[in-house]
Amino acid sequence: MAFRKDLLLISSWIKPNTKVLDLGCGNGELLKILKQDKNISGYGIDNDIKNIKLSLRNNVNVLQMDLDKGLNGFELESFDYVVLAQSLQVIKNPKELLNQMLRIGKEIIISFPNMGHWSSRIQLLTCGVMPVTGNLPYAWHDTPNIHLCTIKDFLKFCKDNNFEILEHSITDNNQKTNLLTKMIPNLFGKIATFRIK
Amino acid sequence: MDENSIGYVIPTIASIKNPLKLLSGRVLSQYDLRYETYGSLNKDKSNAVLICHALSGNHHVAGYHEGEEKPGWWNNMIGPSKPIDTNKLFVVCLNNLGGCHGSTGPTSINPETNKTYGSDFPIITVSDWVTSQKELMSYLGIPFWKFVIGGSLGGMQALQWSFQYPELINNCIAIAAAPKLTAQNIAFNEIARQAIMKDPNWHNGNYLEKGVSPDQGLALARMLGHITYLSDESMREKFGRDLKTSKLNFNYDVEFQIESYLKYQGEKFVTGFDANTYMLMTKSLDYFDPIKDMSQSLIKNLQKSKSKFLIISFTSDWRFPPKRSKEIVKLLLDNERNVSYSEISADGGHDAFLMGNHDYFDIMRSFILESNNGI
Repeated sequence: MAFRKDLLLISSWIKPNTKVLDLGCGNGELLKILKQDKNISGYGIDNDIKNIKLSLRNNVNVLQMDLDKGLNGFELESFDYVVLAQSLQVIKNPKELLNQMLRIGKEIIISFPNMGHWSSRIQLLTCGVMPVTGNLPYAWHDTPNIHLCTIKDFLKFCKDNNFEILEHSITDNNQKTNLLTKMIPNLFGKIATFRIK
Repeated sequence: MDENSIGYVIPTIASIKNPLKLLSGRVLSQYDLRYETYGSLNKDKSNAVLICHALSGNHHVAGYHEGEEKPGWWNNMIGPSKPIDTNKLFVVCLNNLGGCHGSTGPTSINPETNKTYGSDFPIITVSDWVTSQKELMSYLGIPFWKFVIGGSLGGMQALQWSFQYPELINNCIAIAAAPKLTAQNIAFNEIARQAIMKDPNWHNGNYLEKGVSPDQGLALARMLGHITYLSDESMREKFGRDLKTSKLNFNYDVEFQIESYLKYQGEKFVTGFDANTYMLMTKSLDYFDPIKDMSQSLIKNLQKSKSKFLIISFTSDWRFPPKRSKEIVKLLLDNERNVSYSEISADGGHDAFLMGNHDYFDIMRSFILESNNGI
């Protein structure tokens, strides 16, 4: 199975020999590669039994839990990093979850698809329909994505909540930066990744 | 016989001569453990699995006994190409000390008095069981367990192994278990014991000397227990309000199907189970509280443990519901152990751990396969 490119960036931000909690861990590939390459320890959390099985097959510790029910079982600063990769948009109460992540993690890493990308804007502007893109392939009535945002929205959200942004990366679909994603990230960035404390 | 059955199996007796000092302070100078094994121990002795049984279980976990139609109690889980795959693993299961299926227990003869123990048989705790299981392990020449696996009270033994002998266990699977009993759990156990002790044939537990047994009390205890093993959903689905007869009779005979089912379960149970063993097993459940009992040394033991843990619960289990399993997960997380947790959607209640369920079996298979790599 090919490694998800957006996870490469996240793994490059994580220091060796640390403790990582990966929320919405999918098949556990991020933790698997971090274990192999950086000797990290940690756990994945997912609520889909299919992903629990896949993570177990990847020899990753995985806990079947519903993120919308909170992270009360975890102690203050018990992890070096808490990661939420491409799942922010499915969370019922993002603010509450981010606060919890910041409680249990020394730093948190979040990535999400940017709704401000020109392809989404064009669909709404020219066709007058809710955008359906490669990253967000669902029709409006049948989508798990209930809290989509743009990079600008997210920056305001961090400012309003006093979240300190340590590092960020705005990339195109191939996880590359280019002149356009640097100049006008909210229009040309597909995936946004933030490291926050 | 199903296609992937182990086939016919024969139990064996291990006579342990090492005196066992029990948590109660009493000592068993010698004792027998009846056990079965499936598959074969590999050359470097690295594929042994211990299965721990629950309240009413025994050593006959899989395969068939000659002349019997029903296979062992976990036959769907254990066998060639099953989740606990006997083509690769060497599976050991025993009747716990204090049991009534061939291991030394209340129905055995006390060598000091030459009479049956009856209620004089000491109360055995989960920790005592684990100590005796370790004796069996040495007897069989097994250096460590690749897996210790159990459901319910069996899951508690699996956990106890990881606290008591962390260096002897590589993987621990505790299914539908709890870190200790709640007041409600203990209350149900106490009613079961009262039912037995109020039976006119109880004779303070020394009924065998009188040639009788407290069958009515034991049947009642089993009926009560059985309700707690099923879920509301599964009882509705299986029995609803169906009547045995076509109309209401306006008397107190068995009328509803559920009444008839419970009566049958109770009556069936007493033919193969000893009341003193039931008393002892429920007490052992009540006493289990390793976290409270954990001295600093046991906590250190757990932290030394390199064991991987898999904790499984079932959504409709109200005897040991998912939140109890999550308490175990929390303990392991706080001690930075390698733990995975799965909550299986199932209607079967507490007994779901004994039933075939695609997701449940897949989770078991995935964990065992990956942990077993390298054999």
